[in-house]
Amino acid sequence: MRTKAMRVGLFTAALSLSQSALADWTVNMAPGVTNVSRDIYGLHMTILWICVAIGVVVFGVMFWSILAHRKSKGYKPANFHEHTWVEITWTIIPFAILVAMAIPATATLLDMYDTGEAEIDVKVTGYQWKWKYDYINEEFGYFSNLSTPKDEIYNRLEKNENYLLEVDNPLVLPVGKKVRFLMTANDVIHSWWVPALGVKKDAIPGFINETWAKIEEPGIYRGQCTELCGKDHGFMPVVVKAVPQEEYDAWVQEQIAMAEKERELASKDWSLDELMERGEQVYNTACAACHQADGSGTPPAFPALAGSPIVTEEINAHLDVVVNGVSGTAMQAFGQQLSEVDLAAVITYERNAWGNDTGDMVTPKEVLDYKNAQ
Amino acid sequence: MSAVIDTHDHEHDHHHGPAKGFSRWLFTTNHKDIGTMYLIFSFTMFLLGGAMAMVIRSELFQPGLQIVEPEFFNQMTTMHGLIMVFGAVMPAFVGLANWMIPLMIGAPDMALPRMNNWSFWILPAAFAMLVSTLFMSGGAPNFGWTFYAPLSTTYGPPSTTFFIFAVHMMGISSIMGAINVIATILNLRAPGMTFMKMPLFVWTWLITAFLLIAVMPVLAGVVTMMLMDIHFGTSFFNAGGGGDPVLFQHVFWFFGHPEVYIMILPAFGAVSEIIPAFSRKRLFGYASMVYAVGAIALLSFVVWAHHMFTVGMPVAGQLFFMYCTMLIAVPTGVKVFNWVATMFRGALSFEAPMLFAVAFVILFTIGGFSGLMLAIAPADFQYHDTYFVVAHFHYVLVPGAIFGIFASAYYWLPKWTGHMYDETLGKTHFWMSFIGMNLAFFPMHFLGLAGMPRRIPDYALQFADFNMISSIGAFMFGATQLLFVYIVIKCVRGGEKAAAKPWDGAEGLEWTIPSPAPYHTFATPPEVK
Ligand code: HEM
Ligand SMILES: [Cu+2]
Repeated sequence: MRTKAMRVGLFTAALSLSQSALADWTVNMAPGVTNVSRDIYGLHMTILWICVAIGVVVFGVMFWSILAHRKSKGYKPANFHEHTWVEITWTIIPFAILVAMAIPATATLLDMYDTGEAEIDVKVTGYQWKWKYDYINEEFGYFSNLSTPKDEIYNRLEKNENYLLEVDNPLVLPVGKKVRFLMTANDVIHSWWVPALGVKKDAIPGFINETWAKIEEPGIYRGQCTELCGKDHGFMPVVVKAVPQEEYDAWVQEQIAMAEKERELASKDWSLDELMERGEQVYNTACAACHQADGSGTPPAFPALAGSPIVTEEINAHLDVVVNGVSGTAMQAFGQQLSEVDLAAVITYERNAWGNDTGDMVTPKEVLDYKNAQ
Repeated sequence: MSAVIDTHDHEHDHHHGPAKGFSRWLFTTNHKDIGTMYLIFSFTMFLLGGAMAMVIRSELFQPGLQIVEPEFFNQMTTMHGLIMVFGAVMPAFVGLANWMIPLMIGAPDMALPRMNNWSFWILPAAFAMLVSTLFMSGGAPNFGWTFYAPLSTTYGPPSTTFFIFAVHMMGISSIMGAINVIATILNLRAPGMTFMKMPLFVWTWLITAFLLIAVMPVLAGVVTMMLMDIHFGTSFFNAGGGGDPVLFQHVFWFFGHPEVYIMILPAFGAVSEIIPAFSRKRLFGYASMVYAVGAIALLSFVVWAHHMFTVGMPVAGQLFFMYCTMLIAVPTGVKVFNWVATMFRGALSFEAPMLFAVAFVILFTIGGFSGLMLAIAPADFQYHDTYFVVAHFHYVLVPGAIFGIFASAYYWLPKWTGHMYDETLGKTHFWMSFIGMNLAFFPMHFLGLAGMPRRIPDYALQFADFNMISSIGAFMFGATQLLFVYIVIKCVRGGEKAAAKPWDGAEGLEWTIPSPAPYHTFATPPEVK
């Protein structure tokens, strides 16, 4: 009895071990969780096996010659050097294979392009180096930033399981609904990829690209930006959380309420400490990637903020840079990306952190006035 | 009979022997000297670009950032790609063309020798400028060798302007080289050498030269548009000013796709010389080989947007480019079948040139298979911009272009130096390169399929194991190339004397002249029957 239990235990242990080992040695595409991704997987496997079959024949003949037709074995060379029907055959057969392959590929492609009759529209905007998701029909939206700590990236902390594939706010979608994605970008070209959905589409400034997905199973699906978009291209993951419809509805209500709260915050009276606290958070998600957490920047591309005249002298100049960006550089216009509260907080923070100590405080109302005056 | 001028009779005559010292190389118009300089230059660039690949692979050895920061990593991938494409592969082929085309068609030199000197000497200047950007404030170009706008225009580093100028200079050099090749082949063939008697290496270079002339101006155009956007207030690629970032990609790939054939066709030609020589049997299907190269070259002009399946083209465009791309597999397949049929029932021996040539056929075919997979547009949505693509193009570039060049180098070294290279070392070089290269690049297929994007300095944990293997393979491949330097130096310095025709199965005019080839050859044209 006990030995039997032990055997079962050992067996399951071995199984789970080999499974975890397998996870690290993935050699193939995964079929994914949408119809499209499974069709793609099918095409991928078909063409792969076709290639393997051709390879076996061609390399088979070649290795036979290599082994058998050697000068060192005294093999005498034949002297044929053309053969019309053989040459015609090996032109026509590949052509026929390709036609056979093109048919299902065309069908899948047409399906992928059919973005009609979507039930939910999500606008996906690429920024250096984060994604923004706008739920167009519900009038709310938010940014999604990498949440892996710098300490893990720089090997000061043990890396967690989802290293580099985790974000603060995932894209939440319901299962079983056709979701249309409208892709665009704010600065350079990005590309939004979630392998499990079979969706990859470039997000291009000035363009709106369309694609769609209908997720069948609840779960968390991870992907990355796949178009080189500058310094932190490797650090802008995509995380999609697919949930059942009721859960999705509840989440949407929550988001709408939160958006409302955010608007109220703008009219609240803020103290310097409150602004500093919020400002530090905003700074670390929106600014630290370039200007560094300690404000030292990486000059000359990304100037230091500690001790910078823009940050310590005239407030309006500081507002201008943050709200409107600096054209021709990587400094973005944050005016549309951040709320008035966050803008006020981060500016206040920059004016008082890292020994800048100006004592200045900028309120959400001042930011709003500044924006309106433009 | 002897078409050779014996240089010893003419030592008093300045024009018939090489000048002394540095001015020999600076002012030379001799195709052999220029060919040698091209080859040395390209190998130097290969080592430099390779050193950058080693930096990339060291950073990717483990997850996390250890060695370089992301900004510098991007500069490394960009410079690695640019240097390998424009500095290593293309000049190596021009070097081979310079050395071998006149010898293969029985011409005394290239048709335009003074221009030949120019097209070489522009290159070191262009690359000195390109490499100097590494030391400029803001760093070197960091937007990938494809330099997509607006990352390379509005968001590019200040050194972009120097990059643009360097590309212009490389383009001028390539165009002049191509004109020279065409003029030589069309005008200087020995009497009796009709087009359909030309060696395949000459044929492939003739077609390559036309591709170069067709597309290098397009490259010059696209970088000029960038220059205008950066400095002169235009908005070709700036959506904010009414421009179109996707236009950049169309123009770039209209150059870029024929460019990848520019990097492989001359290797096709060289391998088509080498395989028959070591099979001791004529090339199978000579005519179909020529037509296949022509078909590939023509098709290469209508497939450019297969690099852009994810940009959101209309579905009709998508289908057109998918079908045309799949079609290229047919002539490519014909070539592979012909090489195999050449080997079939030959009397094979495996000296270093043959080893590299056979590996070329096998591994290039593997690269062709992954290319066919990439051609399937729906599947490309999953492969695009992942390590699967990195694996694909390294399979066609490293064992394709680079192995083709090594095969040629070993094949013709006896002719160039008058000595046999050390066969044991040559074979060692081959096997180490072969193993290293497959270790480095095969796992990249798996990484891409498992979801690892390209051009990233750090990656999720599930990619760790294959990346480590890949890096080990890359270090092995990289280190092995130093052995080649030693082999060549040793061969130049001495070794067994090479006969005029050191390979018993070789054919062609180059083997009718002594080894080493005298400074001047075929002053009176040979007769081809
Ligand atoms: C020692 C051999 C080589 C190694 C280990 C190597 C490694 C790499 C790696 C890891 C990348 C991907 C970088 C990334 O996307 O993050 C890369 C990119 C590239 N390599 Fe290589 N490579 C080698 C040789 C070559 C050769 C011989 C060529 C050309 C003939 C070449 C052409 C390219 C090109 C065009 C790119 C794309 C650059 C870009 O993304 O803009 N490589 N190489
Ligand atoms: Cu991106």
